[in-house]
Amino acid sequence: MTVPLDAHVVLRGVAKRFGDGPPVLAQVDFAVQLGSFVSLIGPSGCGKSTLLRMIAALSPATSGEILIDGRSPERGQPGVAFIFQEPTLLPWLPVQANIEVPLRIRRVARAERERRAAEMLRLVRLEHVRGHYPRELSGGMKMRVSVARALVQSPRLLLMDEPFGALDEMTRHHLNEELLEIREAERWTAFFVTHSVAEAVFLSDRILVMAARPGCIVADVPVPFAYPRGPELREQRDYHDLVDRVAQLLRAGEKGEGR
Amino acid sequence: MNGRLLRWLLPMAGGTALVGLWYALRHAFGIPAWLLPVPHEILEALGRERALIGAAAWQTTQSALLGFLSAAAGGLVCAILLASSRPVRLALYPYLLILQMTPVIVLAPFIVLWAGRGMGSIVIVTFIVSFFPVVVNTTHGMVSTDRGLVELFDVCNAGPLQRIFLLHLPFATPYYFAGLRIAATLAPIGAIFAEYVTGSIAGGTGGLGFLASVFNQRQMRAELLAVALTSCVLGFVFLAVIATVNRLLLRRWHASATPADA
Repeated sequence: MTVPLDAHVVLRGVAKRFGDGPPVLAQVDFAVQLGSFVSLIGPSGCGKSTLLRMIAALSPATSGEILIDGRSPERGQPGVAFIFQEPTLLPWLPVQANIEVPLRIRRVARAERERRAAEMLRLVRLEHVRGHYPRELSGGMKMRVSVARALVQSPRLLLMDEPFGALDEMTRHHLNEELLEIREAERWTAFFVTHSVAEAVFLSDRILVMAARPGCIVADVPVPFAYPRGPELREQRDYHDLVDRVAQLLRAGEKGEGR
Repeated sequence: MNGRLLRWLLPMAGGTALVGLWYALRHAFGIPAWLLPVPHEILEALGRERALIGAAAWQTTQSALLGFLSAAAGGLVCAILLASSRPVRLALYPYLLILQMTPVIVLAPFIVLWAGRGMGSIVIVTFIVSFFPVVVNTTHGMVSTDRGLVELFDVCNAGPLQRIFLLHLPFATPYYFAGLRIAATLAPIGAIFAEYVTGSIAGGTGGLGFLASVFNQRQMRAELLAVALTSCVLGFVFLAVIATVNRLLLRRWHASATPADA
């Protein structure tokens, strides 16, 4: 595999198995440019979340090599933020304090923490609930707090594990649009795990289609639509054609074709 | 409105029924007063002996409060140690259970031997009795911290102290209070028990427990039940204080303290 010089994240021959079980991921190779928005899509059990967790150094690769900026990933390294499936807010802290948690862990001074959290509250339009507790918020608002908590770390690499999977479609569309808006201002590299083909096409400039048993990448699909993208993209013919094509690749992968 | 009215009316109805049954038993079977004093006789006894019972109650309150507070603090420290390390937990937990399962009445003579027959012994017994629920509940809360929240701290590579103070302890606060509620009802009982026992081992040192042993020896049954009534009131006061602190601290985030449950 030839690796471009400006690659931000590189995976070479990455495989994963838990204990003596069958491999969860067989052989994964790809390189991602700085500033790229990559979606990982595939059936459950294809190891897409595992892949994300390995990039975050939450779980080691059984074999192969993962490089971020040319170095092996480390837990808590600056510049890498993770957004989970669940909002995972601390229920005993109000919204703003929740956003400050990663900065507190990194021992950022209080004034600086408050300044950056206030900035994030503006960014995700939650200034009016800064003093609210998580249980007082809707599902969509909680997820926006979770996004703000990741972005407050000024990441260069944003890892997202089906962050909007539990939300209703309307809310999900809104959050997708907001995420792209935010991305116009700050360019991070994104890995986005999702079950939704439409979401993957809307957000990313590249889609990695995966298959299961063992997990592997069966297609690498570039998404040609220019940023900034707005909700009108969802009404375009090209968009729907691409959604259909990716869905086909996904089905083909599940049947075991193209390996 | 209707619900709130019922919340007052139903306990009162239940109490009236029980008191009625009490009087009915006494009269239906012609039970003498020394065998079964009825409520108004108990209240009269309380009025007669109010100086004695009041002073004893104050002394018991002090011992119970000291024992409770040391159990609340010691239980918290112990839970942090147990929750922070699985080896420590495995090494010590069985002995914590043994301490809890050993009848305090067996330990009490030793405690009196070591700590003397003053308030010290009574506080120690109270501590032993109320310590266990605090440790067990708090440890349980800390080790059952939501996995997702733990992962957040993993991703940020938080240190062990940050995990305890920013994550596990706040998460376990409702569990800590569940333990404190049990401890609050046990502490006055523990203190009274210890006063009773040290009173019979080494001569009286006061308190409701000692007073109970005196009334018992003199066969003053209504006065004995007046002591029981006083200790119930003491237990309720302890519990009410804990419930109030719990509600003030947790009302905005935890279901145990939200208006629907309060």
